Amino acid sequence: MTGLSNNVLLESRGLTVRFGGLFALNELNIDVHNGEVLGLIGPNGSGKTTFLNVISGVYSASAGKILLGGIDITREKAHNISSYGLSRTFQRSRLCLSLSVFDNIALGAQRTLNNGLWHNIVQRKSFAAEARKIAEEARELLHVFNPALPDKLFDPAISLGMIDRRRVEICRALIGKPKLVLLDEPSAGMTHDETDQVVDEILGIRKSLGGLTIIIVEHEMGLIERVTDRCVVLNYGKKICEGKFRDVAADPVVREAYLGQA
Amino acid sequence: MTPSSRTLARGPVWPLFVAVAFAAVALTALVLIENQKLLGAALAITAAFCFCAARFGGVAATEVAASENPWLLRGLITVASLAVIFVLRDDNFGLLMLATVLIYATICLGLTVQMGYAGLTNFAAAAFAGTGGYTAAMLGQQGGLPDALVLVCGGLVAVFIGSLLILPVLRTRGHYGALTTMAFGVMFNVFLDANDFFGGPQGLKLPGINLFGWDFTNDIHIFGLVLSSYVNYVILTGILTALAMIFVGLLDRSWVGVWFDVVRLDETAASVFGLKIAYWKVLAFTIGNFLAGLMGAVYAKMTGFIAPANFTFGDSLVMVSIVILGGIGNRWGVLPAALIVVLLPEKLQFIQEYRLIFYAVLVIAILTMRPDGLVARRVRKLRAEASA
Repeated sequence: MTGLSNNVLLESRGLTVRFGGLFALNELNIDVHNGEVLGLIGPNGSGKTTFLNVISGVYSASAGKILLGGIDITREKAHNISSYGLSRTFQRSRLCLSLSVFDNIALGAQRTLNNGLWHNIVQRKSFAAEARKIAEEARELLHVFNPALPDKLFDPAISLGMIDRRRVEICRALIGKPKLVLLDEPSAGMTHDETDQVVDEILGIRKSLGGLTIIIVEHEMGLIERVTDRCVVLNYGKKICEGKFRDVAADPVVREAYLGQA
Repeated sequence: MTPSSRTLARGPVWPLFVAVAFAAVALTALVLIENQKLLGAALAITAAFCFCAARFGGVAATEVAASENPWLLRGLITVASLAVIFVLRDDNFGLLMLATVLIYATICLGLTVQMGYAGLTNFAAAAFAGTGGYTAAMLGQQGGLPDALVLVCGGLVAVFIGSLLILPVLRTRGHYGALTTMAFGVMFNVFLDANDFFGGPQGLKLPGINLFGWDFTNDIHIFGLVLSSYVNYVILTGILTALAMIFVGLLDRSWVGVWFDVVRLDETAASVFGLKIAYWKVLAFTIGNFLAGLMGAVYAKMTGFIAPANFTFGDSLVMVSIVILGGIGNRWGVLPAALIVVLLPEKLQFIQEYRLIFYAVLVIAILTMRPDGLVARRVRKLRAEASA
């Protein structure tokens, strides 16, 4: 290990995910440092979302290791991984549209809440105190994104526009005070201007939370250029390049992967 | 909370009085009227009243008033229930019907937790009720146990049998899980039919309830009035239904209710944020099966005789159709739906042989005209809790 390893929050070593004969991820070694924003880019089907899915436990690894804060989480079930301080958004919105914004955001804080039947049914006062605390935190977070959103806290998620739904998803990912947040195509389904807006908001909130580590998967290169400290380029499940966006974008191997051979 | 929302104008209270009074009168009329033409007219008036109330904002106003005055609502329901019991005090058949409706409604509250909240389709509710009923019958034969315990044991044994079934249910998804419960429902019947120890097709007899010296087989003498012994059962089932309503309502307005919904709506999101899917499904299954077993035991004690034919797959279907008719996930919906599904075929004599056709037509009609059921589920708003 290098001297840098103290500073590494997430590391994948020889990480392989196979779907039948297809290698979605092939012996992937990626380090994510504390406090950085890492961009994960690559052509369609290169394994970006698979990487997010395997570290959040949605898929299981065929081989290799994932360490989060030095702890091996390779074999952990999805529902345990959030307790190591990892949360995420999804490429296609996974809000529960028929539930209120409040219910959706509360899910993000689930592991800090008391789930006991006695507490929930009988001790209604302490349940209400928890609900109040979550509502306050949710209002604060929502306000950073859009000052009009806190007033919609008890509206059903389905009544929100695309951009506000994305904001709610990000709030849900942040309310549990994670160490590492995975953002899977935050610009998907939004216009260019909306994307710019959400990016500014993400950067703003990152500053206010201080040193949040983010992995972001994105096709929108303008966004990647603005927010990332470092990029990893994947192709066919392999890392083909890593470094600052400017250097990566100029790399002939990367250009070939995106545009095909001349 | 901001002061402005505290000073928000409160809605009027009178719709609540009208709604409860209407429900009580309609219920009493439907139970009492024997003449088929009059009954048809009463049904038409009831339907027209409900339609108008929904059309012109009466239902919405009632909901607002009910959520703003929960204790007034509970008080009114209690008074109205006592009034209904008073009017029907010596109508044995009517009282028996009423208690049966309440038993079905309570079992369907359990189904609401399973299907409406956690998304666990259960086509064996009648089998779980039957488990409770047979538990009561077997314990009754041994004697010795107080009836309160016998009834609770009915619920617990249903939970136990359910915990054996839950493994295959969890291993399957969606329709396949439903098929597993269906298979269990059918097996339950075949097993009882073939097994002489449980009375076989002839079934078992069992004595009425005696709760702490309160003997349910005796008429009630109070203020110089004689109330039929069935009033005992209406009171007991009414109390149990009320408790189950309160419990399920609180469950819905708590984290547990929110997590049930998330597990139903999106298992991936649920597990990524730390919810263990299997745990929440088992919890919902347990709660629902306990209610089914408990009410099955009450039913068995009330009718004094049970046989496999009382708890067939068809009965499970009837329970599922009550939940769908009422509005999946809305606990209030099971009350009118249970009334329609249990009482109407008894009252409308021409229907009786065509019962199942009646249910089928009813479910198809409701699903076509009101896909969300009679009383559609509302979006949960924990605003009151979060700003108290």
